[in-house]
Order: sequence, then C-alpha cells, then structure tokens
Amino acid sequence: MPEETNAQLESDELVPPAEPKAAHLPLDKAIETQADLSAEINAIGDAYQRALKDGAQPEIQPRLDYPPYRSSILRHPTKSLHHTDPETIELYSPAFGHQDVHALESDLTIQHNGEPQGERIIVAGRVLDGDGRPVAGQLVEIWQANASGRYIHKRDQHPAPIDPNFTGIGRCITGPDGSYRFTTIKPGAYPWKNHLNAWRPAHIHFSLFGSEFTQRIITQMYFPGDRLFPLDPIYQTIVDQDARDRLVASYDHSLTEPEWALGYNWDIVLTGPKRTWTENEAYGDAGDDEE
Amino acid sequence: MSTQLVPTPAQTVGPFYGYALPFEKDNELLAPGSPGSIRLQGTVYDGAGQAIPDAILEIWQPDAEGNIVQRTGSLVRDGYTFTGWGRGAVGNSGVYTFTTVNPGPTKPVPGKAAAAPFISVAIFARGLTNRLFTRIYLPEDTEALANDPLLSSLDPERRSTLIARRDADGGLTFDIRLQGEGETVFLDFQ
Repeated sequence: MPEETNAQLESDELVPPAEPKAAHLPLDKAIETQADLSAEINAIGDAYQRALKDGAQPEIQPRLDYPPYRSSILRHPTKSLHHTDPETIELYSPAFGHQDVHALESDLTIQHNGEPQGERIIVAGRVLDGDGRPVAGQLVEIWQANASGRYIHKRDQHPAPIDPNFTGIGRCITGPDGSYRFTTIKPGAYPWKNHLNAWRPAHIHFSLFGSEFTQRIITQMYFPGDRLFPLDPIYQTIVDQDARDRLVASYDHSLTEPEWALGYNWDIVLTGPKRTWTENEAYGDAGDDEE
Repeated sequence: MSTQLVPTPAQTVGPFYGYALPFEKDNELLAPGSPGSIRLQGTVYDGAGQAIPDAILEIWQPDAEGNIVQRTGSLVRDGYTFTGWGRGAVGNSGVYTFTTVNPGPTKPVPGKAAAAPFISVAIFARGLTNRLFTRIYLPEDTEALANDPLLSSLDPERRSTLIARRDADGGLTFDIRLQGEGETVFLDFQ
C-alpha cells in the first residue's frame, strides 16, 4: 500500500482504509492460502450439516462469529443478542420519497458523459415483508465495482482500470407493488486480502428499509453460477445453502431488453413486520401528514 | 398470521461503502448550532479495545416532543424539516458525530408502561456480517429508566451500556463496544 500523508488522511475522513490496523492478524497473514481457508469453511459447513441431521433449526442469517472471514473475529458480539419487543420509534421507518431520490439515479450507466464499459444489465425485483406484502415507497440504495472489479474508492488498491464513465452508485424508491429496477453494468470479481488469492464473487451491495426500522438490512446480490461461491468467506458466513441461494439473482429473459441489456430478477424479503393494530392506533396520527 | 416468507439474509456492508452511503449533511438531523440542537458522539471499539475506522451508523428517533416523524427529505435536507433519521460514518479515529435533538417521550401505548425516550441505532461495519441494533437512552429521567421494560430486564452492568453520558456542552456521548469487556447490549427483535 502506498504511503499517504496526514493531510490526505484528514481530507478523506469518510473513507475507511482498505486495510485498517488489525493487530490480531499475523503480519504474514498472506501466507494463508485458499486451501487453508476452504478447509475451515468446509469444517464449519460439515458441522452445520451434522447439526441439521440432529434436528437443529436451519439458520437463515449469516453468523456474526465466522472466523474464516478474518475481519469478523474482533467485531462480533460474544454475548447473545438480547431479545426484546420493538417499541415506539423502532416500529416505524424513516420516510423517503421523490424529494430524496431523482428518477435517473436508478440508471448507473448515464451518470457521466460516455457509456461505461462492460455488460449492460437490468436488475429488477420486488421488496416484500415477511407477510408477502409489498414494501412501497421505500429507499433502495446499491453500490458495486465496475466491469473490471474496481471500486471508485480511494483505498481500493486493485490494479484494474477505473472506468471514467462508471461510479457504481444507484438509488431508487420502490413502487406501489414494492418493485425496484436498476440499469447498470455487470460487476467484475474483486480480489481482497482476507488470505492469499482471495476473490469476492461478483456482487452488488443492496441497502434496504422496510416499514419498521427493525427491518433495516444491508446485503449483497450475486449472479447465478459463480464458481467463487464455495471459496468466499463472506458468502459462506451464511452456512445454510437454501439461505445463501436467496442472495443469488435469477437470469430472467422477460427482463432482458432486445439489443440492449440482459435482465436479472431478485426479490428481497424483509423480516417482520412486528407492528400491531394497537400500536398503529397509538401512533397513527403522530405526524404522517406527508406522503 | 398466514405463511411467513423466509427473509433474505444480510451480508456485511464491506469496506467500500464510503463513496456510496454517505451524503451531504447525512449526520445533521438539524443544522449544528440551531436552537435545541445537541451533539451526539461516540467511538466504536472492537474486541481488542481499538477504535474501528470503518463503521457506519444510522440513528432513528422521535423529535423533541416525542412525535414519530414521517417526513421525507432526509437525503436532501432542506435545513428546516426534522426527519428523525440520520447516517454517520466514523472517521479515522473511530468517532461518529450527529447533530440532533434530545428525543422526547413518545405517547404510551394503551396498557403498557411508559417507555423512556431513546434513539434507535443500527450499526454497520466491515467485518460485521449483519447490522446490530441498540438503543441510546438519555441519562436524566431515572424514574422512566427504572420503569423501562428493556432496561429493567438487564443486569446493572449491561444496562449501563445503553445509557448515554451527558456532556458539559449539553451533548451526549455514547460509545459502542462490539465485543469484550463492557460489550454493548445489542438487540434481537425476532
């Protein structure tokens, strides 16, 4: 990593370093190979399969404690999450609308003067709650690498070309049926420093809000058939295959546009909702006088 | 309730949200220095006690009168509308800052004890595979705190991790410890 001056660091406050100081990692961590990591990943997967056979409930979320993803080692809570009923503000979500997001922000291929390089794609689907109801009028944010696997990020050291016509940020507001739709470029695989020769499968980061703040989620969408899935400690933080599959979009020819772009469909299901009639009554007129 | 759909799993926010998630005035729920505004700040620590430089927080709270606001405009702030929601990435020293108001007590739900006012927090970070939720309670109203259903279910040491310190300038300090000694209480609503 090239040296940076303090002035650069200060002017760059919002941007985290690519490799923040991590005293827990051995200096020669790059000596860890994919074979080492795959052995760890497979051991955890095998133990999970045995637990399932013994009657354990399938896990539907990633493990907070997943040592093959080295950055999680010092960043996961060691105490159980404290179960509580959501109350007051937690049962509501911030409101977003067309004041917040311009319609053109859903097209990541028109943010510069020229056309970005790569395979143009459409990613579309619906945001639903756990009851299957559409999450309407809510904010969806995405970010991603360009076609060569490079992020527009000052600390991304991957020596792949930046595309001057591609930033890789999009936003939209879901429609009445919970639908969202982005036009973008298929991202490339991305190398990272978890271990030697570590590569992330191509993915698009998604940030979603529901009708309650408890439904807030950030996740990643993947593309079908990626050979990096079994090797990736981040994808594998979800130990259940059915749960992992929920992050993989489907190729959808009905979304593909002739002589223009390939279409992928990905529906997102949020947790909950938890709000009850009583609480709706109690808070219903507390200020929803807009939108 | 009928058949429940299985939720889509989360994934880490990763290291490279810095050009995507932050936006202008993201951490200013109202303008710094405006009447009633306070600074909410804190540091996010890992299990080795190191401040972590790549976490991003969101807060969601009632206004000073306890109203749950449902107004748009958080992403393009007009300087007048309090939307109740903000986003703030930590700096290189692991410190986050918001300009906001002290949340007021919300109207009690019929049949339930009045809850002490709190700010809801969602924490995202590289290395954190799913967001963590917690609450920031104000230190002053000890009676409301004593009656709070969540706080009264915690032992004193854990309970104290959810109560902010009042700063000399009227602001609030709330540190977050992801792991280890003094680990913050994180919430599961499912």
